[in-house]
Amino acid sequence: MTYVLKRILAAIPVLFIVAVIVFLLLHLSPGDPAAIIAGDTASSDDIERIRRQLGLDRPLPEQFVGWLWRLLQGDLGVSVFTGLPVTTMIAQRIEPTLWITFLTIGVAVVLALPMGIVAAWKAGTWIDHAIMALAVLAFSMPVFLIGYLLMFGFAIQWPLLPVQGFRSLSEGFVPFIRHLILPVLSGGLIYTALIARMTRATMLEVLGEDYIRTARAKGVGSLRLLLRHALKNAAVPIVTTIGLGIALLLGGVIVTESVFAIPGIGRLTVDSVLRRDYPVIQGIVLVTSAVYVFVNLVIDLLYTVFDPRIRY
Amino acid sequence: MEVTVDRLAARLDAARRRPWRAFVRRHPLLAVGGLLLVVVAMASLAAPWLAPYDPTEMNALQRLKPPSAQHWFGTDALGRDVFSRTLWGGRVSLTVGIGVALLATSIGVVIGLLSGFNRWADAIVMRVMDGMMAIPGILLAVALMTLTRASIGTVVLAITVPEIPRVVRLVRSLVLSIREQPYVQAAEAIGTRFHAILLRHVLPNTVTPLIVQATFICASAVIFEAYLSFLGAGTPPEIPSWGNMMAEGRAVVQLAFGIILFPGLFLGLTVLSINLLGDGLRDLLDPRVARRL
Repeated sequence: MTYVLKRILAAIPVLFIVAVIVFLLLHLSPGDPAAIIAGDTASSDDIERIRRQLGLDRPLPEQFVGWLWRLLQGDLGVSVFTGLPVTTMIAQRIEPTLWITFLTIGVAVVLALPMGIVAAWKAGTWIDHAIMALAVLAFSMPVFLIGYLLMFGFAIQWPLLPVQGFRSLSEGFVPFIRHLILPVLSGGLIYTALIARMTRATMLEVLGEDYIRTARAKGVGSLRLLLRHALKNAAVPIVTTIGLGIALLLGGVIVTESVFAIPGIGRLTVDSVLRRDYPVIQGIVLVTSAVYVFVNLVIDLLYTVFDPRIRY
Repeated sequence: MEVTVDRLAARLDAARRRPWRAFVRRHPLLAVGGLLLVVVAMASLAAPWLAPYDPTEMNALQRLKPPSAQHWFGTDALGRDVFSRTLWGGRVSLTVGIGVALLATSIGVVIGLLSGFNRWADAIVMRVMDGMMAIPGILLAVALMTLTRASIGTVVLAITVPEIPRVVRLVRSLVLSIREQPYVQAAEAIGTRFHAILLRHVLPNTVTPLIVQATFICASAVIFEAYLSFLGAGTPPEIPSWGNMMAEGRAVVQLAFGIILFPGLFLGLTVLSINLLGDGLRDLLDPRVARRL
């Protein structure tokens, strides 16, 4: 119990540092941020208005305390372009992004674990080499190239699936899933490769342990040996990779949404970049980082399930 | 036994006569990756001479043409030659990749050494690095780009920032383990000055892992530049870069797939070659790690 509490408390300074970094970005950037956000055609009145809106006209410590106080109350500020609260804008766009992220994690884990296990089991054979070559290839192929190739193959040349767009689950399960297949596959490939590589590496190490030889000697079947004896003991590093890889995955999802014209957080990012709507970008950075810290917190807590020895 | 000795002798002999072939046999990743990278680098360096057209020249009569003898990769929505633009785009990618690798490594080494030697600095630095690593790199770079005027220099800076923590963590962990080595403790015991220990004993031992790390950073920076440009937060749109070309092709993906396909393939090939080079270098320079992974 104290471990759980300690771990939860340890996440707070990380979130605080994230907030400080995000706050300082605006103030340490070279040049006048208000002028850059306002754009080249802005009048000096416009620049002044944005400066006031962002609170840049007040002393730095006062700005930070006020900003942090509002942040703690869930206030991410107001969009420079639409005038809407940033939280509202993010809430409107979060549904597709959450679905893609969750489905991608699920698909990647289901694909990567068997790949990694088989590669380690058959280490040095052509199966191992083929799986690892695929992983290296997946690491090098940019998300949008995979996305466009899948789109070209399965939506344009051979129109099995929709080219782009998103359907909410409330519009029916079949259209919902049909619109998500290609984005999930393209965004998940690099993440799958990452998990498969880590699974292979840890499984190789575990399979060399004495207790595996002992288990085999007393006649434990291959499948049971791999899953119960080896995989369970390899779980901690693999689960850590799944958690740390989420930062990579979120980046991929943002790009994938642009490829498939999905109205999610990625699309909001692109729109906000075009409008130089910094408060929205800042809000997206804060929310995704918080999600990342939270997911990794949950994963750290799961360690105690996989490895009862971990009780700090 | 005799057979293997004979074979070994034959191989050694062959290695002496054809050192290149022996090298390729022993380090296939390094050879393939290096060769691919040299081809890509030569093609983009020679772009002014190789490219049949000016990469920014528009031609209203030649819009969205499929690949042909005049335009190998076809033309884009403004009638510009995709092949010429792809060659020129490689210059942006390689500049950004090499720039980020050098800058992130240099900054990371300084912070990492500080962190590894000073306990007070370490406590602060590592918390800041934890915070930076919690922000998805692409978003951190996008945020930085929104606050600056787009140019190749700002793109390099924006991609460097999220890469720094990786270098800092590597250097710090290396310093912590090197400091415990008997030769460093011996040097301390005979009263070697701090800067001599740092420069002569610690720094040289960080070089090998850093070269490998810098290669992987270069590969990831090439992808990041394309992502940033694709999202509209990267290289200014008037400069032909692979990400910019793919972003422009987005609107006409169903009419002219080549505008996206060709720069995308070049991008993938370049990143693959740098990654292979990195894997090969790791095998060559650090065989212990290589066997584990």
